[in-house]
Amino acid sequence: MKVMPPNEIFEGIKAKFPEIRQEGLTGAVVIPKESLLNIARYLKDDGPGFDNLHCITAIDKGERFELAYTLYSMRGHHGVTLKIYLAPDDLNVASLAALWKSANWLEREVYDLFGIDFSNHPDLRRILNPYDWKEYPLRKSYSNPRFITKPRL
Amino acid sequence: MGPQHPSTHGALSLELKLDGEMIRDCTPHIGYLHRSMEKIAENRTYTQFIPFTDRLDYVASMNNNLGYVMAVEKLLNVEIHERAKYIRVIVAELNRIASHLLAIGTFAQDLGAFATPLFYCFREREKIVDIFDRICGNRLTYNYIRIGGVQFDLPKGIDEDIKAFIKYMRSKVDDYDWLLTYNTIFLARSKHIGVLPGELAINYSVSGPNLRASGVKWDLRKDEPYLVYEKLEFDIPVGENGDSWDRYKVRIEEIRQSLKIVEQAIEALPEGDPTVKVGRIHKGPPAEVYFRTENPRGELGFYIVSDGSAYPYRLKIRSPSFSNLAVLPELVKGLKVADIVCILGSLDLLMGEIDR
Repeated sequence: MKVMPPNEIFEGIKAKFPEIRQEGLTGAVVIPKESLLNIARYLKDDGPGFDNLHCITAIDKGERFELAYTLYSMRGHHGVTLKIYLAPDDLNVASLAALWKSANWLEREVYDLFGIDFSNHPDLRRILNPYDWKEYPLRKSYSNPRFITKPRL
Repeated sequence: MGPQHPSTHGALSLELKLDGEMIRDCTPHIGYLHRSMEKIAENRTYTQFIPFTDRLDYVASMNNNLGYVMAVEKLLNVEIHERAKYIRVIVAELNRIASHLLAIGTFAQDLGAFATPLFYCFREREKIVDIFDRICGNRLTYNYIRIGGVQFDLPKGIDEDIKAFIKYMRSKVDDYDWLLTYNTIFLARSKHIGVLPGELAINYSVSGPNLRASGVKWDLRKDEPYLVYEKLEFDIPVGENGDSWDRYKVRIEEIRQSLKIVEQAIEALPEGDPTVKVGRIHKGPPAEVYFRTENPRGELGFYIVSDGSAYPYRLKIRSPSFSNLAVLPELVKGLKVADIVCILGSLDLLMGEIDR
C-alpha cells in the first residue's frame, strides 16, 4: 500500500462525504457527528485503510468541546486527525468500539475526564477516577481548592 | 487479584471469573496511581512540566523526557544542535536497555526463577544508572533532556566508559541466553502462553515490543525516523507466534540492537555545545501538535494544544501501556491463574504511565 499525503486523504473523504471540511489552524478533518460511523467505516475498510485507532482525546474550548481522533495506517504509513465539534449541552457521539477495539478504553477515558457520552459503547464506565466520582476533572470549569495555581511569569 | 500483588508491578486490580483454576473472564481495574498529570500540565509552563514526564514511565525517564520535549520543539519549531541529537539518542537507547533489563528480570522472577536473573539484570542496570548519574546527577528521574538541547554536555571520558559497558553488556546478554532464553522450564512456562495475533494487536493499538513479538515489523525509529535514527544502522527484531516467550525474546534482541546504536552514535558524536540556547519561558503559536516516539514499552504520544500562552492549553498523554493493558482480557481467557502472572510479566506494563 502506498503512502497517501494528507490532501489526498482529505479529497478521498470529501468525494464520498461532502459535508466535511478542513480546520484551518491544524489541518484536521472536521466532520459532523452524525456521519462519524460512516466515515470511520470508509476510513478503515476502503480507501486509506486506517487499521490503527491510535488516540482519542477531547479539548474543552469553552463554547464547544472538540473530540480528536488520531488514526494511522500501519501498512501505508500515513495518518489523519478527525475532529468533531460538540455543543456543551449535547455531549453525545457514536462509539467506535465495534470497529477498533482500542476505542473501548480510549473512549472510557474521555468519558471519565470530560463527561462525553458514547452511545452503543460496550462498557461505558469510569476508568481512571473512582467509579463513584461525580465530576469531570479535565473540564475547564472543574476546580479544586487543592490545585496549585499557575506560576506568575 | 491485586491491587497489591507482587506480579502487577504497581497497583493493578484484576477481577477474575474463575472456573476452578481456569479463567472465564478478566476485568482490569486501574487508576490507583491517577495523579491527573494532564490537568497539572495546564497549570505549568512547558519547561516546568518536563520533570513530571519523568514520573510517567519511571524506569525509562529519558525516553519520556525525549517524547515530551520533542513534541514541544515541534510546536515551537526549535532546531537543536547536531551533538544534542546524538546525545539524546545515546541516553535514550541506554535507558531502553535499562528498562528492558528490568522487564526481563521481573518477568523471570514472576515465572519462579527466584532472585538470580533479577539480581543479574539489576547488576547490569546499575552500570547504566551510574553512567546517567555522571551525565546528569540523577539516578531515576533524570530531567536531562531540555527544550532546545540537553542540560549538560557529556562529562569528559564518559565515552570510554560507555564503550566498556557495551563490551561488558554484550557478553552478559549472551549469558542470559544460556541462563534463561532456552531454559527448559522457562520455555515450558512461557511458550504458547498468551498468544496475540498481529491483526488483533493492531486493532487494539498495541505497540512496542509487544506488537513486534506478534510479527508486525513496526518501529517508529525506522518507520517515522526522528533525531538521527535514519543515519544509524540497526534491525527491528520481530517474533513469530506472539506468545509470552516471543515478547521476552524481542526484548533480548532489542538490547543487542540498542547496544549497536549506542556504539555507532558514540563514534559519530560531533563536536559542539549541545546545551540549551533558548530561554526558559516559551510561548508557542496557537496550534495543535501530535508527536510520538518509540519508548521501551511502545509508542508514547503527546498531543499539545497551545493557545499562544506560556502554558499548554491542553496536553494529552497517549501512553503505550494503557493500550497494551487493554488487550489483556483477550489473552487470558481459558488459561490458568498462574498464566496471568506470566502474561502480565511479558507485557511489561508500568502503572505509572497507565494511570498518569
